[in-house]
Amino acid sequence: MVGERPSIETVWEWLSAVPDPEIPVISLTDLGIIRDVAWQGDTLEVTVTPTYSGCPATTIINLDIETALRGHGIENLSLKRQLSPAWTTDWLTEEGKAKLEEYGIAPPQPAGGPKHCPLCKSENVERISQFGSTPCKAQWRCTDCLEPFDYFKCI
Amino acid sequence: MSDPLFEFCCRMGDNTLVLGHRVSEWCGVAPVLEEDIALANTALDLIGQTQLWLGLAGEVEGKGRDADKLAFHRDVWDFRNVLLAEQPNGDFGQTMMRQFLFDSWHLMYLKALMSSSHEQVAAIAEKSVKEVTYHLERSTDTVIGLGDGTTESHERMQKALDRLYPFVGEMFIDDEVDAAMVEAGIAPDPSSLRAEYDAHLDTVLAEATLTKPEDDFAHKGGKTGVRHTEHLGHMLTQMQWLQRAYPDATW
Repeated sequence: MVGERPSIETVWEWLSAVPDPEIPVISLTDLGIIRDVAWQGDTLEVTVTPTYSGCPATTIINLDIETALRGHGIENLSLKRQLSPAWTTDWLTEEGKAKLEEYGIAPPQPAGGPKHCPLCKSENVERISQFGSTPCKAQWRCTDCLEPFDYFKCI
Repeated sequence: MSDPLFEFCCRMGDNTLVLGHRVSEWCGVAPVLEEDIALANTALDLIGQTQLWLGLAGEVEGKGRDADKLAFHRDVWDFRNVLLAEQPNGDFGQTMMRQFLFDSWHLMYLKALMSSSHEQVAAIAEKSVKEVTYHLERSTDTVIGLGDGTTESHERMQKALDRLYPFVGEMFIDDEVDAAMVEAGIAPDPSSLRAEYDAHLDTVLAEATLTKPEDDFAHKGGKTGVRHTEHLGHMLTQMQWLQRAYPDATW
């Protein structure tokens, strides 16, 4: 650890390299769950909001943040949970949405369903279930290429 | 009576805990994979909300009990969930009818709590509303699909409604805890939501071609903890067995 403390921008940069444990193609900052980074005296305070209240990834995410920041030499660290305003998929970055689509997960749309099949881009898709492999996803299917795919639910 | 805010938080948290555990009993044995996943996700949301409500209950109480302590170290008479939540799963139809009757109340109540004078209560409600909106959408669709389905699915859904309807009334009974919450601007009177609930129920049940029982008799005693049904005790022996066998075990 160098004598002076790293800038807030640097910390954000470090956090943008921490992948989401469930969907590793996007980072925690892409997901929009890091709400604030601030120095409170000598302590770095990182404010995190959960995606879904029962998401089992939440504890892993906190552990990953801690591990990453300790790896960069941060000694005094405090993680704060913030519930309100509640997380919304509007906070996903554009870059994050593009990465999701490339990975085969249809990004959230205000209309409430995927724009098109993330694989063949056909607009002929149908819903299998509002719930999927993780709390944040639903199951859809393309009626052209017939592939089932995950859709990132809009909340 | 203990602190009414503590009672209120326990009521919210015990509803989600007990129903969440019940729904989780389907994990691995639901009729089809998609339903299995949907039920497990619903249970997960409810257990997540439990951590928030019982966590707050523990803070309010100030005796060092956290959400886990409250969930695993209390016995039947200390639980404050409505009787509806603890009713056994029965068949898939009964589980989904229970879910629909509960979700309909849950979403209305949570929406009202979003304007609570208590900042943490309002924040938990704001978070939960998003999840419960999905629960209600699914349970409503399923009740309609099975009610207005085959002769057998219709009969089973009607039987489930007849079995569970006597547990609806308790969700709308006002008592001294509710009065204290109303006075503090923390929560609305449950009875004030009844008309909206009934209207919603009538619309969905009509579409599902199901008939609401005429008798408005309501079993009660869950939210006060005075008289739970026999089912809760049996459920707790499973839910709490590890902490009962190895108290304070951690991993």
